[in-house]
Amino acid sequence: MINEDVDTSKRQFLTKALTVVGAVGAGYLAVPFLSQMQPSAKAMAAGAPVEVDISKMEEGQLLRVAWRGKPVWVLNRTSEALKTLASLESQLVDPASNESIQPETSKNAVRSIKPEIFIAVGLCTHLGCSPTFRPEIAPHDLGDDWKGGFFCPCHGSKFDLAGRVYSSVPAPTNLDVPPYRYVTDTHIIIGEDLEEKAA
Amino acid sequence: MKPSRIEACGHWVEKRFPMSKLWNDHMAQYYAPKNFNFWYFFGSLALLILVNQFITGILLTMNYKPDAKLAFDSVEYIMRDVDWGWLVRYMHSTGASAFFIVVYLHMFRGLIYGSFKQPRELIWTFGMLIFVCLMAEAFMGYLLPWGQMSYWGAQVIISLFSAIPVIGDDLSLWIRGDYVISDATLNRFFAFHVIAVPLVLIMLVFLHIVALHEVGSNNPDGIEIKESKDPWGHPVDGIPFHPYYSVKDIVGVAVFMLFFATIIFYMPEMGGYFLEHANFIPADPLKTPEHIAPVWYFTPFYAILRAVPDKFAGVIAMGGSIVVLFLLPWLDRSPVKSIRYRGGIFKKAIVLFVISFLVLGYLGTQPATYGAVIAARIFTAIYFGFFLLMPIYTRWEKTKPVPKSLTMQPTLEERIPAMKATLDEMLIKTSVETSAGQIKTQVKPNTAGIIKVLTRFVKNLKASLE
Repeated sequence: MINEDVDTSKRQFLTKALTVVGAVGAGYLAVPFLSQMQPSAKAMAAGAPVEVDISKMEEGQLLRVAWRGKPVWVLNRTSEALKTLASLESQLVDPASNESIQPETSKNAVRSIKPEIFIAVGLCTHLGCSPTFRPEIAPHDLGDDWKGGFFCPCHGSKFDLAGRVYSSVPAPTNLDVPPYRYVTDTHIIIGEDLEEKAA
Repeated sequence: MKPSRIEACGHWVEKRFPMSKLWNDHMAQYYAPKNFNFWYFFGSLALLILVNQFITGILLTMNYKPDAKLAFDSVEYIMRDVDWGWLVRYMHSTGASAFFIVVYLHMFRGLIYGSFKQPRELIWTFGMLIFVCLMAEAFMGYLLPWGQMSYWGAQVIISLFSAIPVIGDDLSLWIRGDYVISDATLNRFFAFHVIAVPLVLIMLVFLHIVALHEVGSNNPDGIEIKESKDPWGHPVDGIPFHPYYSVKDIVGVAVFMLFFATIIFYMPEMGGYFLEHANFIPADPLKTPEHIAPVWYFTPFYAILRAVPDKFAGVIAMGGSIVVLFLLPWLDRSPVKSIRYRGGIFKKAIVLFVISFLVLGYLGTQPATYGAVIAARIFTAIYFGFFLLMPIYTRWEKTKPVPKSLTMQPTLEERIPAMKATLDEMLIKTSVETSAGQIKTQVKPNTAGIIKVLTRFVKNLKASLE
């Protein structure tokens, strides 16, 4: 190409303009490409509330149910377990659950609507393993200070029987409590709370 | 003489495609240093395993079903009902572990002989990108059998992204395509595992080799062979890659296949390290296995993650342990490449690094008990210390003079007399006449001799670290 006595500034302008237009076009195309990886309408619609019958639960028993593909625990706490909860506060990160996820109705000292029935999403707030239920007092692998609770086998996070996380473990917050409400004294619906029902 | 049909065919292609030029530039006239030792097998072995993974992988996709309801059973179907399906599957699963063994050794070779240093920084960078791709490939491939370990391993690793502030939760949701690991996740991981990542991998391997052939291979002496050339313009210390190294690599391939076949046929699960026991149970979203650990090649990084008692800081530490490897060419300030001529401080640092890497790898397979976590913290500090203090300690290094041309180490054959002498030193041979009148030689270990040999060995080891 002969470039002598040619004003190249127009060419350069056109090249730059085309580059910008092309980049904008690629940006627009990226939107459908990237958002098709978002959860589909079907995945978002799934997750209907689950009904649980607690009439046959014994003291200290743990029930596992699936809600939105996640494990949800229903625990019938003993009165001794409820008594020890208050004594643990100094060892916990967030005893008042200010930084944790729960419906307003469960934002109290025992993190539940009725003190004995505790409901939580059974996934560790660290990296999402399902902690194991360890109600026994002072087992040899968890130490003499263990007052019963949940222990995550993946990374060693510890939670008390109200799903509150102990300090100096990897999990940052208490276990999530899902929205739930009592239909009758022995029937619970997980995935709905009173406000939602009212609205 | 009239050219033969085949020659004519060759000419026809040659006019249209630079076949012989490519062959010469990259094989027959690509000059490589003449002193490559066994550490130099692992590059070509990695390529061999890549080919193995491609072929067996394509065969597996013919019977595998990327569907949460069907995946686990389709793998069992491959193992039981498909002709030779078990062999193809074990070749693929063992190939994954073999890939990491070979790549770790390949990287270690680069580390001790300074192959990452100027002018080969980009070869190292491309190589590290290959390593990251391989980790992604292995991780996503591990979800496909849809066993308990597949499920909970993916759950943990994807949750790592949720630790990133602000965008974390949306990002992990986008990766999963659902609120939990589900069919959507499995299906997309299949797409990434069989097409997206392999394509990137191939491109990176191409770039890795183009960059290598531009500057030429390093060698155990860490000398640039291009600096002294013969009258024909070839490096004095170089030999053509083909036939010298193509033939040598076949020996490496033969030895590798011996080990590879032994594992495939006699211990394909490798005691739960190559295929974990919990993965023979179908994925159960409600229950995490009692003890979960990643496959062995991720355990050093996993131990680093667990060593930090904070979610986000743990993820940063784990990511950082990979990032520091990328920075290696710019952290090392020593003018000398090869460990043979480097100072004692660097050799000791490498020993500490290797120990910390191995111990972290072991700790990553163990439950997170109090003692294990404390140990992981100490060795994590050593791991990072090796890299982050490198700009300081490599400046203090007292390096040795580097020779002008390559040195040749004694061959195995030349070492045999010395080895025999050492053996004789450790044994006492006495002639005894048996009751039948025959003379037999009785061999007994010589305690004094063994102690002498051991002290000499320790002294030599100490001297070689200086």
